[in-house]
Amino acid sequence: LMSSVQAAALQAERAARASYGRLLAILAAPAGDIELAEDCLADAFQRALATWPESGVPHNPEAWLLTAARNRRRDVLKSATHRTWLPIDAAPADALAVTTIDDIEVDSIPDRRLALLFVCAHPAIAADVRTPLMLQTVLGFEATQIAQAFLIRPGAMAQRLVRAKRRIRAARIPFIVPDSVRMPERLPAVLEAIYGAYAIDWPVVAGTGVRDSLAYEAQYLAVTLAELLNDEPEAHGLAALISLSLSRTAARGSADEFVPLDEQDTTRWDADLIAQGECHLRRAHALARVGRFQLEAAIQSVHCARAATGRTDWQALRNLYDALVAMAPTLGARVARAAAIGRADGAECGLAALNEIGDAGVQRFQPAWATRAHLLAEMGRTEDAARARAKAISLTTDPAVRRYLERIGSTL
Amino acid sequence: MRYTLFLHYQEMTTDQLGEEGMEEGKAAFHAYTTALEDAGVLVSAEVLLPSAHSTTVTLANGSLRVQDGPYADTKEQIGGTFVIDVPDLDAALAWAEKCPAAQWGTVEIRPTSVRFVDGAWVAVAPLESLPQHLR
Repeated sequence: LMSSVQAAALQAERAARASYGRLLAILAAPAGDIELAEDCLADAFQRALATWPESGVPHNPEAWLLTAARNRRRDVLKSATHRTWLPIDAAPADALAVTTIDDIEVDSIPDRRLALLFVCAHPAIAADVRTPLMLQTVLGFEATQIAQAFLIRPGAMAQRLVRAKRRIRAARIPFIVPDSVRMPERLPAVLEAIYGAYAIDWPVVAGTGVRDSLAYEAQYLAVTLAELLNDEPEAHGLAALISLSLSRTAARGSADEFVPLDEQDTTRWDADLIAQGECHLRRAHALARVGRFQLEAAIQSVHCARAATGRTDWQALRNLYDALVAMAPTLGARVARAAAIGRADGAECGLAALNEIGDAGVQRFQPAWATRAHLLAEMGRTEDAARARAKAISLTTDPAVRRYLERIGSTL
Repeated sequence: MRYTLFLHYQEMTTDQLGEEGMEEGKAAFHAYTTALEDAGVLVSAEVLLPSAHSTTVTLANGSLRVQDGPYADTKEQIGGTFVIDVPDLDAALAWAEKCPAAQWGTVEIRPTSVRFVDGAWVAVAPLESLPQHLR
């Protein structure tokens, strides 16, 4: 859970990160050379650290950094070692010009982060490195930090990232935002990669604490994408989904105690994040093209409405789950739909919906057994409920969730 | 049911892994094992020394042969074992997929057939699945 001090620190860090991503995108775009851009930017930041304390922070720090990095790039491109493997003509003309700070207008620094996001999620880039690549290039995360979040050896993660960056340069993946014809086929990968940072299917058991911090980064990426890509409803849908889900973090309990959605204290939900999420949901809705992320966001919105109305509209949830399952019939969505039907139309209808799920994976899907136990208990089938609950508990690796299931089992 | 999780992975030295990688690995295993214990399903947990420390012994060819090194000289070796007591394979799978070693190697799940308890072999698997000499 985050204190306000931590939140403030995170804000400051984000401001620096926003500059980092913008500058990196500009520096990498001409030759598609992310590694070189990173080196030049690191050098520029180092120079800033060395000179700003004495000379004072320049009135436009971003322009200062861009100038320093561009000049560094020019020096590198001209150097003998670089020439041996890159013909000088291959470098774009502007890369060799001396840049002075006066060349850069404050407001004219373009935001190429959108193109960078599309590069990171390009079909030629392996799906499992897209999210790490975004975290590194757009937010400036170190390979070690990313490896930690994904529970991968730092060396292995660094290697994957380097390989992806070399591929981008060698294959000349263009730094462009796809046109409206290509957009429908390219956008889903970008959305998935950002969603991936939020919904890392945690390989470890709960209570590691890393999840929260990455979830906030995912929210930042999603909002950035939605703002840059203003007329894509699913981008707003994703920003809404992550903002609304994240708003309940503080009320979800701790590593020791799990508090289910129904029992959460709504005063502990983050009103700012809810407002931000609702705003994106409205903007998505106005574009009148429904999609999976918008439906999932709408479901979150119905839950969040309890903070204002004191009740949960289960009929609305059931209808939204119907639509979601029709569009993206994942196992999780189908089980959640059965639970919503159970609340809206009664436990028997819910159980019927649960029994309709034919997927083989349902037998070892913990939420399916927890839902079954709940529905059976409501129907008064105590023994069957206990058996289903025991099965759910046997599939639960999270200690807090298991304790919760044991607790409700003992009160029946 | 008892299941043994065999952790197969490529062996790495501390140098290859790095200090940080080593610490993270330890922390991940600690969290995992603590969760197993918390759930009351842990029977035993052993992380083994590298296979270079292995010794094999056999009399299968008529005479005693003692050799340095592992039984199978393969790229991936058994790095550890966890014995867990859970109701069924689904539950064993739920735990196996959370095992840190599954992130860099393969976790093999093998049910126990018989177990020596209080001076006797006790079947823990259905009788018909036992080898003939143990029925």
